[in-house]
This record gives sequence, C-alpha cells and structure tokens, in this order.
Amino acid sequence: MLRHSLALAIVAGIGIAGAAEARDQIRIVGSSTVYPFATAVAEQFGKTTNFKTPVIESTGTGGGFKLFCAGVGVDHPDITNASRAITKSEIETCAQAGVKEITEVKIGYDGIVVANSKASPQAKFTVEMLWKALAKNVAVDGKAVANPNKMWSDIDKSLPAIKIEVLGPPPTSGTRDAFVELVMAEGCKKAAGAKEAGITGAKCGEIREDGGYVEAGENDVLIVRKLEENKNAFGIFGYSFLDQNGDKIQGSIMDGKAPTFENIASGAYEVSRPLFFYVKKAHVGTIPGIEAFIKEFTSAKAWGKNGYLADKGLVPMPDAEREKVGKAAQSMAAMTM
Amino acid sequence: MSDLAIRNVGMTSAMDATTTNSQRVAAGLKGRYAAERRFKAYGVLAIAFALACLMLLMWTIVSHGYTAFVQTMVRLEITLYPQDIDPDGKRDRDVLSTADYRTPIRQAVADLFPDVQGRSDQRQLDALVSPGAVFLIRDMVMADPSIVGKRVSITIPVSDDLDQLNKGYINPNVAEADRKVSDKQIAWFQRLKDRGLIETNFNTILFTMGDSREPELAGLWGATVGSFFTLAVTIALAFPIAVMTATYLEEFAPKNRWTQLIEVNINNLAAVPSIVFGLLGLAVFLGFFGLPRSAPLVGGMVLALITLPTVIIASRAAFKSVPPSIREAALGLGASRLQTVTDHVLPLAMPGILTGAIIGMAHALGETAPLLMIGMVAFIVDIPGGLTDPATVLPVQVYLWSDSPERAFVERTSAAIMVLLVFLFAMNAVAVLLRRRFERRW
Repeated sequence: MLRHSLALAIVAGIGIAGAAEARDQIRIVGSSTVYPFATAVAEQFGKTTNFKTPVIESTGTGGGFKLFCAGVGVDHPDITNASRAITKSEIETCAQAGVKEITEVKIGYDGIVVANSKASPQAKFTVEMLWKALAKNVAVDGKAVANPNKMWSDIDKSLPAIKIEVLGPPPTSGTRDAFVELVMAEGCKKAAGAKEAGITGAKCGEIREDGGYVEAGENDVLIVRKLEENKNAFGIFGYSFLDQNGDKIQGSIMDGKAPTFENIASGAYEVSRPLFFYVKKAHVGTIPGIEAFIKEFTSAKAWGKNGYLADKGLVPMPDAEREKVGKAAQSMAAMTM
Repeated sequence: MSDLAIRNVGMTSAMDATTTNSQRVAAGLKGRYAAERRFKAYGVLAIAFALACLMLLMWTIVSHGYTAFVQTMVRLEITLYPQDIDPDGKRDRDVLSTADYRTPIRQAVADLFPDVQGRSDQRQLDALVSPGAVFLIRDMVMADPSIVGKRVSITIPVSDDLDQLNKGYINPNVAEADRKVSDKQIAWFQRLKDRGLIETNFNTILFTMGDSREPELAGLWGATVGSFFTLAVTIALAFPIAVMTATYLEEFAPKNRWTQLIEVNINNLAAVPSIVFGLLGLAVFLGFFGLPRSAPLVGGMVLALITLPTVIIASRAAFKSVPPSIREAALGLGASRLQTVTDHVLPLAMPGILTGAIIGMAHALGETAPLLMIGMVAFIVDIPGGLTDPATVLPVQVYLWSDSPERAFVERTSAAIMVLLVFLFAMNAVAVLLRRRFERRW
C-alpha cells in the first residue's frame, strides 16, 4: 500500500514537471525601476486580451541580463527590463548562450531627483555643488583630500548652513549608477582643480563614506518617509516618487531647472536616463502573446503623452522618437551587434 | 585549667562567631532582599520593554493599515448599450470579454456632471473612478450576459488618489500643483458626496483578488493561495523526513562518532542563512532538475530544506522527553523495538513534534530571501491554480507593495502585514491547541 502510494506520488510529480515544460505566459525579469511600468502594461495586457498575464520578476538590471542571456528555451525569460542600455560584454554572453537576436525597445525616461521636505526651503543645486558635497575626495590646494565639507554652506554661500545629509541608494542599485554617471561624473568635470589633483574617471564617482551620504536601501518609499521626518536631509530617488508625494517633498532645482514632468520630457532637466526592455526574438512565436505585449507597450494609450504609463511617472519620449522606436519594436528589428 | 581556659576561650570565640554571624546575617538580610527585589524589577523591566516594543510595532502597523480595510466607492447608474458592447448581438464570450466598457462608465460619470466641458476637464473627470472599474463591469457582464442593454446600478471603487483624499492622507490645503488631485476633482468629489453617491464599504477586493498596479484593485488572495500551496509542499516534505530522521537518531542509531557528526551538522544547518538555501534551490531544483521558476512546488522544496533542521531538533527533544521507563516497560512485555517506537514512544512524542513542525512552518511562512532566487518575488496577477503555476507568497507581497510609489500602497502594505500576522497567530494557536490536547504528564 505504502509502496503503491509512493510510486503514485513519484509518477504524479514527474507528470506535473512535464506539464510545466510548455509555457503559455510571458516571463519578464529585470530592473526594479522599470518594474512599475512593465507591471502596469502586463496587467492591462492580461485583462484586455485572452492571453495570460505576464509574470514579472524584479531582479535588478544586471540580474535580469544574467537570466535573459542564459539561453533560449521555455526555461529562460522572454523579456528583460533595464534601466541602462545593454553592455557589450552582456551581448557577448548572450551570443555565447545562443541568444543571438535581441530587439531593444526604449520606453521613455526616468528623472532622478534630489528632494527634501516641504517644511524646508527649496534648494538650488548645480551638479558641481552636489559632487563637492558627496565626493569621497575633493581637491584642496591642488591635492586630493578626504572631503572636508560638513555643511552645505561650506560649499557655496547660497546654500543653507545645515549639515550635509543625503539619503540615497546603495551601490547595487541602478539609480545609484545613473546618479554617479549623470551627477557625480559631470560635477567632477566642472569642479575646479579636480583633474589636476588626480581625481578623474572612476575616482570621480566615489561617494563619501563618513556619514554625509547615507545608504538608505533600495526602497524609495522609505527615503520619502525619512525626508518627511528629517527636515534637514535630502534624498535621491526616481521622479515617480516625487510625483506621488508632491504634497510632502519638493525636488531641488538642478542647474537652474526644476525636476518637473515637462522639463524632464523636454530634456531641459538633464539628470534623467532612458529606460529599456529587451526581447528575445527566438521566443516570438513559441511563447504566445509576445508580439501583442509589445504592441500594447508601444501603443499611445500606454506610453503616449497622456497614456497610463505617464500617470505612473514614466516620462515619455518626444512624438517623433516614439513613433520611430515603436515601429522598429513592432517589426522586431534585431539589434546590430 | 589551661585546657578549660582554652575551651572557654574557644567557646566564647565560637559564641562570638555565632552572634556575629547571625548579626551579620541579620544585617545583610535587608541587602539580600533588596537585591532580590532589584533582580525581579530588572526582569519586569525587561518584559515591559519587550512588550512596549511589541505594542509600538503593532500600533504603527495597525494605525497605518486599518484604513486599507475600507474602500471609497461611488454608486453609478450605468447603461450598457448593446451597440457599445456587443454590436452583433450574439453574446459571444470573446466579444464580451474584449468589449469597450470604458465608454459606458465615462457616459455615466459625465451624466452626473453635465456642466463639465472641454477635453482637459473631461480627462480629469474620467480620472475620478478607478481605471480598473472596466474589469469589474466586464466580470459582471461575463457572469450574466443578460444585463447587456439594461441600466444597472453598481458601486465601483473611486481612483486611489480620491480614496486617499477621502481617508485624509492627502492634504487638500497645499498648492494644487503639489498634490495628485486637482481643485476641480475635490469639488466634484464633494458634489458626489453631497448627493449621497459616495460610500465607504468593506474592501472585499483586498481579500478576493490577485496583485495589481492599481492600489484599489490590488488584493492578497493570490499571495495567500501561493503561501498555502508553498507551505503544503513544505510540510508534506519536511514533516515525514524530519520525523524519520529524529526517530532513527534517537531510538535506533548507535551513539558513535558518526551520529555525533550528523548531530553537530544538523545544528549547524539550522544556523545557515536562508539565502544560501535559495541559491541551492536555484542550482539544483531549477538548474539540474529543470523545475519551473516561480512555482510553489520549488518554493515549498526550498523552504522544506530550511525548516528541516528546526523540526528535527524539536522532534529529537520530544523523543528525549519520553521517560525511559515507557520503553523499558514495552520491551519488558515483549514488544519489538519497532513496536515500542511506533506504539508507545512516537505517540507520546507527537505533541512536541507537531509543535516543532508548526513553529518551523511559521518560520517558513515569513521567508522571502530564498524565494528571490527561485523567482517567486514577482508580479503575478492570476491566482495560482496548482503547484507549478507561477505564484508569490504573503511576505513577498508585503515587500513588493512597500516598494510601490503609489501612496495608497502604504496603507495596503500595513494591511498585508496584519493579514500575515493573523496567519502566523493562527498557526501558533494551532500549535498550542495540539499541545494542550495531546500532551501527557507523568
């Protein structure tokens, strides 16, 4: 009796595993920044078509490419989201595993904002000031020394005389990478004497570890809540969180431009990065619904100026660019490698 | 004389000693009582501190989250014109499921505000009701196609921003540009309220639907079912293996270096961080056996590995607590060792084993880290229907919601934590009950 039920259980187990071989829903992995947008599209797609709702994992951009490039077949994801473009080495890894044809789809922009509590005055920063406030080493008298700036007013007289305290994402985060690239590297270039003191390249992106910059985890909601409580602190996060909490926090002006939807969309506010998703062409036709999903994503009601993704905080591309990218995406044009 | 003298001296000195001793005792008594009182006070203080922390935690969660159990709804009179929904009149399910339900809702809202003109105003007006209302109406039509062509009165959720406004989480007094609801929307909402069309109902969606990106449509049912499937697999695997291991190690295995080594390693395994088991699951269950990602089957297998050491240790303690006299009596009356174990020791150890198993399950219920590795930290809308369907679990849902930008997810995160805690308390209550029911005292 026991032997029988054991055998039955094993057979049933194999049967279940076998059933899972054929997959009828799209699987998406990748960036946690793109996640809120991709999930909104997936939900809409699942509810308005007869396809199943895609399953979306939030693995981070790098983790997403790792899974995406692991191979072709139902065990591997069909699409990966990314908050930066795919790198050369990732393309090579992909090709080695047989993932040769990839379609890149740019979906829009995400602004990165520096914000503080509404109870304090709005700050006016330049990238140079932020670099001086957050860099690990700055140039003093032609030499690179550990950042001596303790107060904002130490950097520039126009800034308030309060302690430098910035809450931001940890190094594993894509938002941090983008902040380093768009603010720290740019600020470093502009700062007088940095180059002469030997602070160039990767050294520009090093962030201080003496308490001026507080790694607050990947959870942006938490940073917003901390800003509400600590009126003197600033936080770094994605625009969508500012958009949702405009009654409690305010975005700082960067190089004379406020982080508004219009400024980010027009490119006037420069601290913004493009967001992408990548499709494995070999899976189109095998996994049902991929083409329809791309069509939903690139439809005007989703990523258009007044689309539902804009409501979620995605900054859409200009009309002409959107049309061009949309056409290329729907024809599944593979990237040139 | 000298002897006597010495004895006398001895006696007096002894007497001196006793008096001084008792005096010393009397003198020290106060201090000793005080020390004991202090010690007790420290104990009470420790408990009070722990309780205060617990109360603070519960207070924060409940005060943030209780509002999520109600949802602001609006009552609308919707006319489902057949030409909008089913132009052919065939009531074909495919046509009905992809029909445009947006127009009837828009029309119903516009009918309430005939004075609103202009494209931008109309967009704002549309944004009063949840974008998910279309799916609710579609589900109604799918369930009963005969309502097409009729005028139905239904309550649908308002948009998450208005819901937050109604609950007092959005301050209407800040500048218009800084909040998600416009002055016009607030005025319209007030008009709806004055007409008695706004209701606050129990949030059934929270308990009946899967995840969603629209907070007012997001529910915990998908995660609850996922947790249930995952734990079912965990207990089905962990319980028999743990009981067999404990039985063999306690009742049959010789006490030698090998069994000692195994014992030490089981204790070590209990201390291994859970993410390591997740990596193991990724490499072995997904990589080697090719099981599907995000499946409760794999999640349950990984969690079974995590809970095994806990359950084994608890089971061995339960076996040890059965008095040897029971075994000796059984053996003395001619029972075999197997009979002794299955008929006497195991039943007596069972309450302890069950308690250990349930505490292990409660531990597994709260795990998220290992599930990240096997793809269960994911956005999954469809309610899982089996062990290999993609699923997520309650703590993962808490994590995903806590990271969502929409304001309305803040209260829902706390609500999800409360549901998770209720789940945990229920499991612990079962453990206590089982122990009470089956425990035997000697």
